Amino acid sequence: MTDSMFYLFGALATGGALGVILNRNTVAAALCLLLSLLGIAGLFVLLDAYLLAVLLVLVYAGAVAALFVFVVMLLDMQGGTPRPSGKITLAASLCAFALLLAGLALTFAPGHLPEPPVAAVPAFGASLKLYAYRLFTAYLLPVQVAGFLLLTAMIGVIVISKKPKDDAASTEPSILPPST
Amino acid sequence: MLQHYLFLSALLFAIGFFGVLLRRNVIVILMSLELMLVAAMLGFVAFSRFNGTMDGNVFVFFILTVAAAEVAVGLAITVALFRHRRTVMVDELNALKN
Repeated sequence: MTDSMFYLFGALATGGALGVILNRNTVAAALCLLLSLLGIAGLFVLLDAYLLAVLLVLVYAGAVAALFVFVVMLLDMQGGTPRPSGKITLAASLCAFALLLAGLALTFAPGHLPEPPVAAVPAFGASLKLYAYRLFTAYLLPVQVAGFLLLTAMIGVIVISKKPKDDAASTEPSILPPST
Repeated sequence: MLQHYLFLSALLFAIGFFGVLLRRNVIVILMSLELMLVAAMLGFVAFSRFNGTMDGNVFVFFILTVAAAEVAVGLAITVALFRHRRTVMVDELNALKN
């Protein structure tokens, strides 16, 4: 049962990921990203990390994918003509493929990874209390740094996306229709 | 079963990496970056589950935070870029090249 669910969600995640990078249409790519994230959330549920699954759906599917769709709609881009890849890109792709093969061979080589029976290992991921305990004791400093990072990102986004007044008026038309 | 999860994680990371390498659209590149982050998260959660520890699960929180901040800043930069250059294709953004 668990195995078949793993294959189902894994296929969903992989298919969605392939859809992201193969689609010419950017909106369809964003929706494929959403599909892939749902598959990952299902995998998190299989791994007994229920809170993380809910957070993934809330943050990624709710905020990030919606933001992607919103920006695509705002920019109104047309898919450019696909160009042949350069030599460096091809070399990097080949290197990455070789690295992937090597990593997979190492992963699946017998004896490299212990294979504990799942039932014997206690599942901590479902316990909300443990998350809270960890976050407020051992990980207190990273939590504060993360909060500061979010604040910085928020201010940065506001500054970046503010429309420069003289520039936009003089040289190029704005992409937004003028507000009344 | 752990190896299955690790294989899936590596596969998703590789797909995201090829997306970053081969696509020209900045927004699709950002999506591929998100895929790579999610693949890393899957690896963390799988290791955490099969080792009976909590730390990988907690670390995913921070990856989520960084990913959310990254995508917000990245998309804001993309919008500003489109405002100035009228394109989001990376091979047309070569102002620093010469």
